[in-house]
Parts: sequence; structure tokens; C-alpha cells
Amino acid sequence: MEFGFAFSQTDGRPLYQQIMEQIKQRIAVGDWPPAAPLPSIRELATGIKVSIITVKRAYLELEREGVIVTQQGRGSRVNDTVDLRTIQRKELLHHLKQAGKLADTLGIPDDELLRLIDQNRD
Amino acid sequence: MHLPMAIECRGISKCYPHFQLRDVDLSFDQGTVMGLVGPNGAGKSTILRIVMGLIGPESGSVKVLGYSMPDEQIAAKRNIGFVAEDMRLYESETIAFHMDFVRSIFDSWDEDYAGLLLRRFDLNRNQKVKGLSHGQRVKATLLLALARRPSLLVFDEPTTGLDPAVRKEVLDEMMNALEDETRSILFSSHNTLDVEQISDYITFVHGGRVLDSRNKEEFIDGWRRLRLTNVNNAPLPTLPNIKGVQQSGRLWTVVVNDYDDEFPAEFTAAGLEVNTVERLTLEEIFLANVNFAKANAQPELAS
Repeated sequence: MEFGFAFSQTDGRPLYQQIMEQIKQRIAVGDWPPAAPLPSIRELATGIKVSIITVKRAYLELEREGVIVTQQGRGSRVNDTVDLRTIQRKELLHHLKQAGKLADTLGIPDDELLRLIDQNRD
Repeated sequence: MHLPMAIECRGISKCYPHFQLRDVDLSFDQGTVMGLVGPNGAGKSTILRIVMGLIGPESGSVKVLGYSMPDEQIAAKRNIGFVAEDMRLYESETIAFHMDFVRSIFDSWDEDYAGLLLRRFDLNRNQKVKGLSHGQRVKATLLLALARRPSLLVFDEPTTGLDPAVRKEVLDEMMNALEDETRSILFSSHNTLDVEQISDYITFVHGGRVLDSRNKEEFIDGWRRLRLTNVNNAPLPTLPNIKGVQQSGRLWTVVVNDYDDEFPAEFTAAGLEVNTVERLTLEEIFLANVNFAKANAQPELAS
């Protein structure tokens, strides 16, 4: 089966994160609507020619984030209460937390960090 | 129902005058892909030949799909498709001749699938082998193995010497074979990109030994490169995870495995400034492994 996923070798992010993002995009634009069944792990892996363990990892992380729901023996589906804004907000907070940690390691004070965020917004 | 493992090797050793395979463990479940990575002469082909029962190990045990090798190799080989680089086809015969030949031996031959593979690989069944390019030969031998629909595919360097387009065709077809969830693949390559893409498990082989063997996500997740500024020439924190250090004046680069988010703080506490933390490609992880093994082998040689 064709799924039309495209991966970048220059992206720098591991493959499972790229798979997660492409699934989220399909959910965000409504191609994969709430409660819709997802392809099985093996189906998606053989479809996009990526190892099964990597697709499994992507599904596990998506489940942890509440984007999809997996039931033993019945496969995975898009969470019917999925709210992408909430998920994206969570993701933003996660990145901010990481940025904060990194700023601490680099000895960048709070006000400078805020200024840097402001400067880097287009 | 519990399936036997695709492959289960325990402590296999084999001595040649100029090469020794030492204490190799290798195992993985059915329905998964294992990639063997190593430089030329590391012992990858020897391991594959032992798995196939073509060479008997001097010690250790080998089980393939639950069969003991080499004792039960006749039963095992009905279910294994093996393709090695040095396999020869009959130069003056056609691809169709070889297909008929294999079909006459294996009743599992799937003619529809063979036809599909001919089209996907863009091969002409009436063409003689002597007119085939290297890529076409590789695809023809893979077709002969795949169309038998064996439970286990063992491929020695399937993508070596192929152009990017043919390499993709071969990798795609390897992944297609996995649509059946009991089918497994063991393959070797020195192309780490191929291995990274389709393998569930990866084994690094170097100098006749297994350096490391684990699932791919653990490999990719575990390794990091830290770029540090060391103004006061402070000693590094004593972490057992440090697998490589490079120094250029005050700029230090440290490679670690089993990475933990607390590591940067350890370096900061030791008086070093952490500039960046980067992930490594499988190739870089492999090289770090090899360099670490080499560095640690030297005292052994001196003693």
C-alpha cells in the first residue's frame, strides 16, 4: 500500500519522530479523521519501507501523547477526542522546557532567554 | 503458540590461518530484520555461512527456525532463501531456465509472485545471463530466492555495487517480503544507511567478534556527541559511558553511549561548557564502536 510518506536524511531528527510528524499532519488536515483506524504497524512499515521497530516506536510515542489509541488485538485508531491544538501546545511547552534546561547549562539568564525567543520569532 | 527464533547462535567460533571468529552470539525473532554491519573482513560472510550450515563451527551452537545446524540443514533449507555475492548463474541460460530449475526443486515456488518480481525488477525472463548487468544479476538471484517465499531470507551484501535506483528496488522488495509476519531477514552490509532503514536489530561485527547487538532504536537513541569548551583544561567527569574523546585546543568533542539527559550537567559540574549535544548516525556509532574496541584491544596485545 502507498502512504506517500517522505523522509529527510538531512533533517537531523530520528526517523520515528519524522513518522510521528507525518501522521500528525495527516490528522491535522483531516485526511485521517478522529476515530479512523490507522494502518497496522506492519502494514505501514512495509508500505513506507521503514523497519517495523521504528514504526512501532512512533505509534507508542503517539499513544503516549494521546494522539492515537491502541487496543490489544484491535489495532490503533486516531483518538476521537483528539485536539491537535492541545497536543501542539504540549509540544511547545516541551520544547520550551528543553530550551530552559539548555539555557541553564549555557548560563543564559531568564531575561536574555526571553529576548532571544522574541528576536527569533519571524 | 510460540514460534522458534529465526536464528539463535550461541558462542560460535571458527579458526582459519589468518582469521578467527570468536564467541559469536546472534539471535532474533521471526518476523523481524537483523542487519550485520562490519568492515570488509570482519567475519560477516563467515557468520552467514555458518548460519546456512555451509561451514561447521568449531564450538558453539546454531539453530535456524528451530533446526540445529548443520545437522538438520536439509529440513531448514526448505525454508531459507540464501543469496551471496559469489553465487553464479549459468551464463548461457536464460532467467526463465533458472526459474524453472528452482521451481522443480522447491514446491513452495510462487509463479504469480515471480512474474510480479520480474515486472518490478524490470527483468526479461528470456534474456540470457551473460547479457545481464551486475544490477540485473543481483535482482535475478534475489528473485529466485524470494519467489520460493521462504520463511527466512539470508542475504550477503545484497546492495553492494548497486546504483541508488536498483538499491532502492532491492530494499523495497526486502521490506515487501515482511508483509507476512512470520517472515524474517538476516542480511549483511557495509552500507549503514541500508541497515539503518530496514533493520529492527543490528549487530556490529569487527575482527571476528560481535562488538554490540541490540535493537536499532536503542542504538540510535543511546549515542550522543557533546561539543565542549574546556577553558581551564579540566579533567573530564569519570563516566563509564565515554567512548571517544577528541581535542583541538580548548574545543573538546566527547562521544557517549547510553545517553542520559543528566550528562550535560555532569560536564558543567566538572568545569566544562557544553556547547551542543548531537545525535549520531549509525555510521558514526559504528565507527565509535570500532575505535573504542581498537583502543581497548591494545593492552591485550601488549601483554
